[in-house]
Amino acid sequence: MRLDDDDFSLFGLPQRQAQDRAEIDARWKALQALVHPDKFAAEGAAAQRLAMQWAVRVNEAQQRLRDPLLRAAYLCELRGAPLQASENTRMPVNFLIEQMAWREAMDEAEGEGSVQAIDDEVASREAALLAEVQALLDDHNDADAAAEQVRALMFIARFRQDIDKRLDKFDGLGQ
Amino acid sequence: MGWDNRIMALLQISEPGQSPNPHERRIAVGIDLGTTHSLVAAVRSGVAECLPDDAGKVILPSAVRYLGDGSRQIGAEALAAQAIDPENTIVSVKRFMGRALADIANRDKLPYEFEDTPGMLSLATRHGLKSPVEVSAEILATLRFRAEDSFADDVFGAVITVPAYFDDAQRQATKDAAQLAGLNVLRLINEPTAAAIAYGLDNASEGLYAVYDLGGGTFDISLLRLTRGVFEVVATGGDAALGGDDFDRLLADWALTQAALSISTAHDKRAVLVAARAAKEALSSVDSIALHAALDVGALNVIVSRAQFELLAEPLIGKTLTATRRVLRDAKVKVDDVQGTVMVGGSTRMLAVRAAVGALFGREVLTNLNPDEVVALGAAIQANQLAGNAADGDILLLDVIPLSLGLETMGGLVERVIERNATIPVAQAQDFTTFKDGQTALAVHVLQGERELVSECRSLARFELRGIPPMVAGAARIRVTFQVDADGLLSVSAREMISGVEASIQVKPSYGLSDNAIADMLKDGFASAEGDMQARKLREARVDAERMILATRSALAADGDLLDVDQTAVIESLLTALAATAQDEDANAMDAAVEALAAGTESFAAERMNRGIQRALTGLSVDQI
Repeated sequence: MRLDDDDFSLFGLPQRQAQDRAEIDARWKALQALVHPDKFAAEGAAAQRLAMQWAVRVNEAQQRLRDPLLRAAYLCELRGAPLQASENTRMPVNFLIEQMAWREAMDEAEGEGSVQAIDDEVASREAALLAEVQALLDDHNDADAAAEQVRALMFIARFRQDIDKRLDKFDGLGQ
Repeated sequence: MGWDNRIMALLQISEPGQSPNPHERRIAVGIDLGTTHSLVAAVRSGVAECLPDDAGKVILPSAVRYLGDGSRQIGAEALAAQAIDPENTIVSVKRFMGRALADIANRDKLPYEFEDTPGMLSLATRHGLKSPVEVSAEILATLRFRAEDSFADDVFGAVITVPAYFDDAQRQATKDAAQLAGLNVLRLINEPTAAAIAYGLDNASEGLYAVYDLGGGTFDISLLRLTRGVFEVVATGGDAALGGDDFDRLLADWALTQAALSISTAHDKRAVLVAARAAKEALSSVDSIALHAALDVGALNVIVSRAQFELLAEPLIGKTLTATRRVLRDAKVKVDDVQGTVMVGGSTRMLAVRAAVGALFGREVLTNLNPDEVVALGAAIQANQLAGNAADGDILLLDVIPLSLGLETMGGLVERVIERNATIPVAQAQDFTTFKDGQTALAVHVLQGERELVSECRSLARFELRGIPPMVAGAARIRVTFQVDADGLLSVSAREMISGVEASIQVKPSYGLSDNAIADMLKDGFASAEGDMQARKLREARVDAERMILATRSALAADGDLLDVDQTAVIESLLTALAATAQDEDANAMDAAVEALAAGTESFAAERMNRGIQRALTGLSVDQI
C-alpha cells in the first residue's frame, strides 16, 4: 500500500459506487489510529512529517469516499471519464427546464414550509439520480453516461446549498 | 478472528511511540490555560488528577500583578489586588492573546492602558510594555514549577488546551507563551475535546454528544461522536469573545445606570466588574443580592434579582444558542440525535444557561463532572499518551478546523480553500499562474473566516513567492499547498510545477511576536526559575542524551536491517560521540551531540515508520479477503 494508491485501495474497499457509510467510517478510524501524527509524538521530526502526509491522505480519501457525489465523480475519473465540469456546461433541455421551475418556485416561496417542500422535492430527485448513477457505474460500467448524470447532480447540489442558505435565515442563522 | 480484532492486534504490535524502558516514564502534564482559572494535571498511577499548590488548591487564578519593587505576583495574591492596583494587575489576559487593539470590544470599560503595537496589542504596566504572551507565560511557568515540585523532576512536555474556536493567531500566541515558560508543547488540543476525553473515559459513554463550554472569555460548542477510545469531532462552533466577563459587564453597566453613576477611573472600572461578578455568582443560589462597591465616584448599592439578571443575560445566552443550532446544521443532525450535553466552564453554573441549553436539547444537561477541572484532566490523559506512557487504552483524537481558510482574489473577495469542520490534519493545493511575461514573484494573502469579503475575515499572513522562473504570462503553474496540522496551525509551501522549482516563501504573519521579540524576552531572563539554572540545564541535557542513546540502540536492534554497512557506521560514530559528551559537564556540547544524532538518524526514523505502517496496512488488506 502506497500514498499514491487510489482511495478505494487505501481503504481496502471494492472499487464501486455502492458503499456502506459505516464501513467507510470504521476503516477511516482504523487507518488514522495507525498513521495519526499523535502516534509518533516521541519519534522525532522526520517521523512526524511522514505521519502527517499519511494522515492528510487518509482524511482526503475519507472526504471523497463518504460523499456519494464526490465518490461518483472520483469513480468516473478513475474509469477514464473525468467530469471536466468547467468545460462541459451543456445540459439536457428537460433538465434545464426543471431547474428553472425550481428556481421560480424558490423566488415565489414565502414561508419556511414552502421552502422546505421545494427542498424535499429536490432531495428526492437527487436521490433518484444518484440511484441511476450507481446503476450506470456498478451494473453497466458506463462511466461516460454516469459522468453526464454526475454533472447534473452537481447543479442540483449547488441549488440545494442555496436552499440551505434560505432555510438558515428562518432559523436565525443567516449571515 | 474478525477484522476488528485483527486491527486491535496490529495496533498492539506497532507502538513506535512507546518508551522501551518502563523506568523511563516521562512526566507529561495537561494544562488548562483559562481566562479566569488555570490548572495543571497529570496522570499518576493510571489516574488523572489536578496538581495542587502548597496551600492545597488546584485552581490558579489567571491573574498577574507587576509590583513596584520589580517583582511579580501570580494567582490569588494578584487577584486580591486587582481593584487597588488595576492597571498593573492583568486578569483575563486570554482575551488579548493574538488580538490587535481594534479587535477588543468595550475596551473603554477595562482599566488597562493599551498600546496598539503591530501584530498584537500590549499593556502598559509599571514594568513597561507587556505582551499578552508574556503575561500568559507567567501563568504557565507557575504551573510548570508546581508540576516540577510535585514530581521532584523536570517536565518533559505539556498538552495545552485552547478554545476550539481560537483562530491561528490565538493558537500561535499560546504556543509562544509556552515556549517562553520553558514548556515543550506536545500538542494544543481543543477544550471541548479535552472535556470529552475526561467525560468519555470516566463514564464509558458511546454515541453523539455535545460539549457546551462557556468560560470566562470564550464560548465553544462541539459535537463529538465517541466510540471505543476514538473521539471524532463532527462539527464545532462558538465565539472566541463571549464568556462570563461579558455577563459581568452587562450587569455592571445596568447597576451603574440604576444608581445614575458615571465612572472613569481605572479603579472604578475594575471595582464595578468585581462587584458584578460576585453578585452574578451569588444569584446562582439566592433570588436576589445587593451589588455594592466603594467607588471613587461614590458608594454603589443596588439590589439585583435573579429575574433581572436573567433578563440582561438573555441576549448573550441567545448568541450561544444560535451558535449551537449552527453546529447542529453543519453536522446535519437533529437535537434528538444528541444523546447528552456536557456542561464545561465556570459560567455554566448560571441557572439560566443550564435551563436554556436543556430546553434546546429537550433533556437535562449533564453536570456530573467538575466544570473547572474537566478540561485539565482530559489534557493530562492525552499528554500521558503522547509522552509514550500509556501502555494500553490508547485514545485517538480526530479534531477539526473551526474556521474556513481562504485566499484573497480579485475585488477583495475570499475564495475558500479549506472548509470549516474539515478533519485535521488536512492539506489543500491551489494553482496560480503569472499575469505578466517574465514575472518571477507572486503575492498571496491568506485569511480565516466564513465571510465573503476580505475586510470581514481575519488576515493570517501575506506570502511572497519568489524565484519563479521567468516565463510567458500564464505559462507558469504554481501550486501553493496549505496544510493545517493537528494543533490547528497553518503552514504553506509552494512549487512551480513546470520547472519543479520550490518557490521560497517569505511569510509575514499579520499578528504575533517575531522570533526576535521572543529571543529578546528569553534573554531578559524571563520567568527565571528559583534555583540553579545551570545545574538544571546539565541535568536535562544528560537525560536527553541518555534517552537518545537508548532509543537509537533499540531502533538499531529492531530495524537495523534497513541500513547498509556505511549508514550503520555513521550512526555508530554519532552514538560514540554522544556517549563521550555525556561524561563531561558541558550541557551545550551534549545538546549539540544529541542534535547531530537526531539529524543523522532522521531518514532511518522515517524508514522505520514507513515499514511499521506498511506492515500494519498489509495486515489490514489481508483481512478483507
